[in-house]
Amino acid sequence: MTATAGRKPLQLSDLARLSSVGLGTRKLRAELSALGIAIGVAAIVAVLGLSASSQAGLLNEINQLGTNLLTVSNGQSFTGGAVELPTTAPAMIGRIPGVHQVQTTGTVSGANAYRNPYIPAPATNALTVQAASLSLLPVVATTVAQGHYLNAATAQEPVTVLGAGAAQRLGIDRIFPGERIWVGGQWLYIAGILKPAVLAPAIDSSVLVGYPAASKYLGFDGHPSTIYVRAENDRVNRVDDLLAATANPENPNQVNVSQPSSALVAQADAKSALNGLFLGLGAVALLVGAVGVANIMIISVLERRSEIGLRRALGASRRHVAEQFLAEALLLSALGGVAGTVIGGAATAMYALSQHWSVVIPAMAFYGGIGAALLIGAIAGLYPSMRAARLSPTEALRTV
Amino acid sequence: MKYTLPSTPDSYAVAVADDFAAGGAGVPVLDVDNASRSYPGEPPVQALREVNLTIGQGELVGIVGPSGSGKTTLLQLMGTLDRPTGGRVQITGLDVATMADNDLSYLRATRIGFIFQQFFLAEHATVLDNVADGLLYAGVPLKQRRQRALDALDLVGLAQRPHARPTQLSGGERQRVAIARALVGHPAIVLADEPTGNLDQATGQSILALIDQLHQAGSTLVVITHDHIIAERMPRKVEILDGHIVADTGPAAPDDCRLRPSASFVQPPVSGHHSAFSIADDPS
Ligand SMILES: Nc1ncnc2c1ncn2[C@@H]1O[C@H](COP(=O)(O)OP(=O)(O)O)[C@@H](O)[C@H]1O
Ligand SMILES: [Mg+2]
Repeated sequence: MTATAGRKPLQLSDLARLSSVGLGTRKLRAELSALGIAIGVAAIVAVLGLSASSQAGLLNEINQLGTNLLTVSNGQSFTGGAVELPTTAPAMIGRIPGVHQVQTTGTVSGANAYRNPYIPAPATNALTVQAASLSLLPVVATTVAQGHYLNAATAQEPVTVLGAGAAQRLGIDRIFPGERIWVGGQWLYIAGILKPAVLAPAIDSSVLVGYPAASKYLGFDGHPSTIYVRAENDRVNRVDDLLAATANPENPNQVNVSQPSSALVAQADAKSALNGLFLGLGAVALLVGAVGVANIMIISVLERRSEIGLRRALGASRRHVAEQFLAEALLLSALGGVAGTVIGGAATAMYALSQHWSVVIPAMAFYGGIGAALLIGAIAGLYPSMRAARLSPTEALRTV
Repeated sequence: MKYTLPSTPDSYAVAVADDFAAGGAGVPVLDVDNASRSYPGEPPVQALREVNLTIGQGELVGIVGPSGSGKTTLLQLMGTLDRPTGGRVQITGLDVATMADNDLSYLRATRIGFIFQQFFLAEHATVLDNVADGLLYAGVPLKQRRQRALDALDLVGLAQRPHARPTQLSGGERQRVAIARALVGHPAIVLADEPTGNLDQATGQSILALIDQLHQAGSTLVVITHDHIIAERMPRKVEILDGHIVADTGPAAPDDCRLRPSASFVQPPVSGHHSAFSIADDPS
């Protein structure tokens, strides 16, 4: 049997007391080196928190726009040409159970829109001219920014409504009475400008005219090219399954059906990949913090030689000394980690609230931040504490 | 050699009491047997050469020698802070050479008290906690440590200031705190390295008076000094020179085991008469 078989390590409360006294002795220095850790942790928590919050904001926005919008558009044939949707498709789709709104746009092929007739023909600004049905706006979740949308009367006339992007590209930000643009060799009067349609970006870059007017003035063939469908929320998937076959029973494979909201959700997810860079920066800050902690601990071991010697004389084993210094490094970085988490959380909350997002701080950021701080404390404290433990009592007590 | 150390402080106290109940009839508290210590170098420094010293329970021993004579080296060997390069050191019958570092630290935690010239107090801890740390590594719970620290502070006359910081104390008071810390675990032996070295004359006298008081109460103490006047007053005086023990008055007779009065207190100094020495004379 050995004398110390039953020797107990220091109690956690004793270690905590020793290390807080140790840090309290060098308060400013401890605070500065904890600050290094805090900045790193704050950066990581803020990056994770902000990306989660912005995503939550985006998803919230998408939810408000509605996830029950489905679009049906004409696809490509095997030979590469566009396969027109039958003119009967909207009516057929309207009969699917669970569908409550159907609106359409039809691309007017061959027609381009210009500010005036003097603009060279190739400068189309990538705008499309579309015939649009009369209740389109609520279905694609947008409204007019200025003026009016088409109505039964103006849909017959050479009158147009501009998508948000189209107006911008044509250089029109205000509508003057009698203002017109040159479309397909024809003057069209501008009735209104739309707000951006997040769920239907195709509308943003469109110049819209009524179906009758499109046929009358622009030689439109009357085929819809995109059908916007709002379904009941709990039947979206079933409607989705039926859309292709209903829209074009002869060639269901040549119909594109999509759910714009899910595409946006996928985009929102992909956006968080960009955060890798910022996380990397946070990690670098943490590393710098770790070097700071290691540095202060090594200095502390050098400065506290006589304390180490005294403790050895009082009966501390090498392990007791190592534990004390390791606990001090851990306490230091844990304080930095907690401060950093609070700072990062507060920064996230402030920015998210200013953007009207809901504040989301993932648990991963929370535990990850403090966990990373502790890990760093352990790594940074290991070498100094081993140095302290290796010091022989006589060497430690020697006064020069 | 087979040795055992009890694992709890209470059974330790019992064991020490058992070991030394016979008052020296059993094992000596400290036995330095032909011990040497050389430090490597070109040429090696022979700090101690074949030192023999046996200290029984209840002795008060002064070790005196000029600076560099090996006093601190001897104290470190006696306190198991260092190991001899030759010979043997036994504390309460336990041979230092057979014990691992961890066991030696436990031995120090439970059986040896140290007093240093520089006090070595933690400035940011209270007087009470400084003293209580003397029991930290013996595995005593905090509450008991503080209770026993209060008792030890009472012993050194500082019971009324347990919550002061060392920085608020005079040098003499600081050394009293350090002495309380050395005593709080009821060690078998207390080793003091120049305990009055940082103190003025009068304060040093009061610390010596305290040491005498502790000795009277039964503690075994070794006081290292370079001051012959102080050593002269010890019941047993050991002289060390160049790592050798050159003189040892040997254990004091039972009727001569008090600290002799300070020369400055003696009138006339040549009389050799021992005036009544009172530990109440405390100028600190
Ligand atoms: N760690 C060491 N390395 C080398 N020499 C040492 C060491 N410690 C002490 N010495 C030498 O040993 C001798 C005795 O030192 P010490 O025991 O400190 O003397 P004292 O305490 O009597 O002044 C001195 O010559 C000193 O220089
Ligand atoms: Mg010395």
